[in-house]
Amino acid sequence: MTTDATAAAGRGTVRRLAGTLHRRPRLRLTLLLTAPLLWLAVLYLGSLAVLFVSAFWTTNSFTSQVVKVWSTDNFHELLTTPVFRQVVLRSAGVALAVTVLCALIAFPVAFYTARVARPRWRPLLVVAILTPLWASYLVKVYAWRLILSQGGLADWTLAPFGLSGPGFGLPATVLTLTYLWLPYMILPIHTALEQLPANLLDASADLGARAGRTFRSVVLPMVLPSVAAGSVFTFSLSLGDYITVQIVGGKTQLIGNLVYSNIELNLPMAAALGTVPVVVIVLYLLAIRRTGALHSL
Amino acid sequence: MHLSRTARIALRTGAGLGFAVIYVPLLLVLVNSLNPDRSASWPPPGLTWHWWSVAAHNTGARQALWVSVKAGLGATAIALVLGTLIAFAVARHRFFGRDTVSFIVVLPIALPGIVTGIALNSAFSTVLEPLGVGLGLFTVIVGHATFCIVVVFNNVVARLRRTAASYEEAAMDLGATTFRAFADVTFPLVRSALLAGALLAFALSFDEIVVTTFTAGPGIETLPIWIFENMTRPQQAPVVNVVAAVLVLLSVIPIYVAQRLSADTATSSRV
Repeated sequence: MTTDATAAAGRGTVRRLAGTLHRRPRLRLTLLLTAPLLWLAVLYLGSLAVLFVSAFWTTNSFTSQVVKVWSTDNFHELLTTPVFRQVVLRSAGVALAVTVLCALIAFPVAFYTARVARPRWRPLLVVAILTPLWASYLVKVYAWRLILSQGGLADWTLAPFGLSGPGFGLPATVLTLTYLWLPYMILPIHTALEQLPANLLDASADLGARAGRTFRSVVLPMVLPSVAAGSVFTFSLSLGDYITVQIVGGKTQLIGNLVYSNIELNLPMAAALGTVPVVVIVLYLLAIRRTGALHSL
Repeated sequence: MHLSRTARIALRTGAGLGFAVIYVPLLLVLVNSLNPDRSASWPPPGLTWHWWSVAAHNTGARQALWVSVKAGLGATAIALVLGTLIAFAVARHRFFGRDTVSFIVVLPIALPGIVTGIALNSAFSTVLEPLGVGLGLFTVIVGHATFCIVVVFNNVVARLRRTAASYEEAAMDLGATTFRAFADVTFPLVRSALLAGALLAFALSFDEIVVTTFTAGPGIETLPIWIFENMTRPQQAPVVNVVAAVLVLLSVIPIYVAQRLSADTATSSRV
């Protein structure tokens, strides 16, 4: 009897609560967003903000203690030291090269999987593109270390032509990064090409355009937003990478390595160096957002 | 678009080469785990299972695997809750700053891991250390969860956008409370999206190395960290080879599950 009554009262409370939530969408929204925003805005953005503020601090060169005095010395040093400038430019160059290479390789592959291969095979081919994404990042870099090592697969393949593999260095880094992020470029292009309405292509052909012209005037403009979406991955993932460079890059230094080597002794400098890829990537994301490509991510 | 014969053949060859480039390195890792030699020279002088049994008894690798699983499960659990909450807010409500919210969610994965890593590292050491909490497995989980939120969010928000809110409204018109409508209508609709998101989140966490480097306490070694530490030690090379091969083989599991999930969603959307 009493348990029934409490159960009924409990149900009543639940009902009232549900009713309140239903009538007050703002309350519902607040409840939905509080926890995630505390996590992302306070914990994550907060930590980032502190890091960027610390970029304006300096370090006591004897004790490596952070001195909390506002100064723009780090950024001044960043812009004037030739080594830093060189590394920043090299990193941006690597990220761009990787993006261009990915786009160039991804296009024929995606064109084949989306429009040339028999429709029956297409889902299987998409799985074949996706599969390496699930394999470990480190294992894939390790695979390239094996391939490019002395006497490895690259040397063995090129030996009959009197050539040898590139060894470890900048080309190896670009190659490995291209391999790593290639699926991120193939997939959006595949999706865009697959969704390309066939009647647009027919219309273009009816109006007298040959394949090349149709490609330039119809296919390419409709696929470019997807290339942009894919480039977000290829570009930003390459720009921040420092592990791949350590494994296959030989002595090559990218911006990530500089950040890493400064953390222990000069955290403010590391923070200042870290702002470079962040600023570049945020600008890149904002530019891409204007094209609407982020919706197809 | 009518492609000439040559164009078709060129595309076929190009795609074939592309797929070869994608798979040769993975196959090489598998073959190399059977390499009796410690060097990576090609071709291997023979094949042996010897290193597999050596690797099976390697305590370092086994402990690292266990740490990775724990970190992955913890991060996935947090990401599932937070990602789903944001997805519901963004897909079912209109509010000021909605685009900003979706932007902030992507940020942890878009920014370089090293930046996220040192930001969290200095935040943890300034906030947690005075409280007597050092870096450990807990901080790894917090770090991983931060960038795993986005994959859960993406999956759930995509599903919610495709399913009209009218199902929930119909349930409520029939007398269901908000909670009842969620449990009986909304949840079954997003369940497979949640699973897909969880799978991705776990895979992402399991694979992560950079953020882990900066958030792991002493003695906490995930599998990627273990591989990275041992990769350049010639003595450990055969065991690393085997661990790498195991990871390549393990990646088949999520692919299989993902296929089952998408088949499942295809059938349920046909109903």
